[in-house]
Amino acid sequence: MSQNFTPNEMMTVAAARALTNEDVCFVGIGAPSAACNLARQTHAPDIVLIYESGTLETRPNVLPLSIGDGELCETALTTVSVPEMFRYWLQGGRITTGFLGGAQIDRYANLNTTVVGPYEKPNVRLPGGGGAPEIATSCGQIFITMAHAKRAFVEKIDFFTSLGHGQGGDSRKKLGVTTKGPTKVITDLCVMEPDEKTKELTVVSLHPGVTKEQVSAATGWQIKFAPGVGETPAPNETELKVLRELHARTKAAHGGNA
Amino acid sequence: MATFLKLSEAVEANVKDGDAVAMEGFTHLIPFAAGHEIIRQKRKRLSLIRMTPDLIYDQLIGMGCAERMTFSWGGNPGVGSLHRFRDAYQNGWPNKIEIVEHSHAAMANAYDAAAAGLPFAVFRGYRGAELPRVNPSIKEVTCPYTSEKLATVPAVKLDVAIIHAQKADRKGNVLLEGIVGVQKEAVLAAKRSVVTVEEIVDELNPPSPNSVVLPGWTVKAIAEVPGGAHPSYTHGYYKRDNAFYKAWDEIARERDTFLAWMEENVMRKGPEVFAAHAKKAA
Repeated sequence: MSQNFTPNEMMTVAAARALTNEDVCFVGIGAPSAACNLARQTHAPDIVLIYESGTLETRPNVLPLSIGDGELCETALTTVSVPEMFRYWLQGGRITTGFLGGAQIDRYANLNTTVVGPYEKPNVRLPGGGGAPEIATSCGQIFITMAHAKRAFVEKIDFFTSLGHGQGGDSRKKLGVTTKGPTKVITDLCVMEPDEKTKELTVVSLHPGVTKEQVSAATGWQIKFAPGVGETPAPNETELKVLRELHARTKAAHGGNA
Repeated sequence: MATFLKLSEAVEANVKDGDAVAMEGFTHLIPFAAGHEIIRQKRKRLSLIRMTPDLIYDQLIGMGCAERMTFSWGGNPGVGSLHRFRDAYQNGWPNKIEIVEHSHAAMANAYDAAAAGLPFAVFRGYRGAELPRVNPSIKEVTCPYTSEKLATVPAVKLDVAIIHAQKADRKGNVLLEGIVGVQKEAVLAAKRSVVTVEEIVDELNPPSPNSVVLPGWTVKAIAEVPGGAHPSYTHGYYKRDNAFYKAWDEIARERDTFLAWMEENVMRKGPEVFAAHAKKAA
């Protein structure tokens, strides 16, 4: 069956739909930024977008390449210093939803963006955690967006950069963390949510045209499916139009291959 | 009191082999021209500190200026990894580099504490995260009022802070605008500071009584280097050269292309080449 959208567009649209007009959102670069701005330009015009470079209530017309592009500051209500951002706004509990991604994720949505291989002698040294360790515990809830592949969805992550649901169950509570943690993992194949009790990620909807076998084959552990797993509604015309225009403006602004 | 110097003199006088140096800038106002001057003057064994080390630290590390990097996110923003940092850390080329790794919240708090003259910073952080296992400087205290367990990190210790700003007046007062990162904290935390500016003006005219201004008596040396933040940007002057950040990925991937680029664009040039990027935004 041919579709008029790509798996990546489906992922971005599904993530955008999960956001509401009331959210105060801590945005990361890449897919999260596209999802948040798509939401703002469609169903959630009043969503508050905050980037860790200090920009509060920013309304960028093109997607930033870096977390501190001038576009973010020029279209923000105000810009604060980075210590203020992390102390007053993030730690202060003013963010409802944080977006994270990573190189590796496990069944409890713990993330690794630090190293592949042992920390002291890595096979691949990645950029590191940045804001993630505190975003993961200070925001009301966390959405995760990642491309679905076996090398990313692994049985055991090589480094615990940021806390998801720990070892499952009430792990977060035991660590003194009172926020919800990851409530949705949105990939280019499906949407997952943690099981209410065990906190293990469970597929709740498959994107149009995707099979359970495909998801299982792209996951490094025996992935569970919710009873009556549904189909993610396909992107509608407006969503695709707004998203594609956003990417086209971004590409033009960044001089080529955005 | 701030003294006005040529960039080469400011670096010569304030950056010594083995110094703990922060060249801050949260993707904005990154002091590239000053970094290139440090490379030309062949400083060695620097302990580099920065929340978001990007291309300028990649260049310093690849040219053998550094022996340690303290950081919270080390990459080429929106593009990928820092190949020279990776090569140094994983393969010891051109020399081994030690890392001290934190989260952004920890680094931001550590700068804030240092500016405030405190020995350490306290914050709600690192819960369920693995960095405390590999970074022994991350510790914990119990709040004496609520018994809540909180994370602590030592205040940043700096010999010299280097930043780029929009302008300075003739008394050495410095104005920063836009995404201001942790630059104010870094300057106040450091024993010495070098500030490069787009222009030196008669009147600073801060746009608001709450503008970010560093008084001249908190700054050690000022050098006028128009365009000195390129390929990062200066709010109100010129935009970020995103195409260069993408191009760097190819340049830095291999040792020989990197060395050739550095020889051509840094070792054989001076700070005046940055002026080509300094067009004031309309």
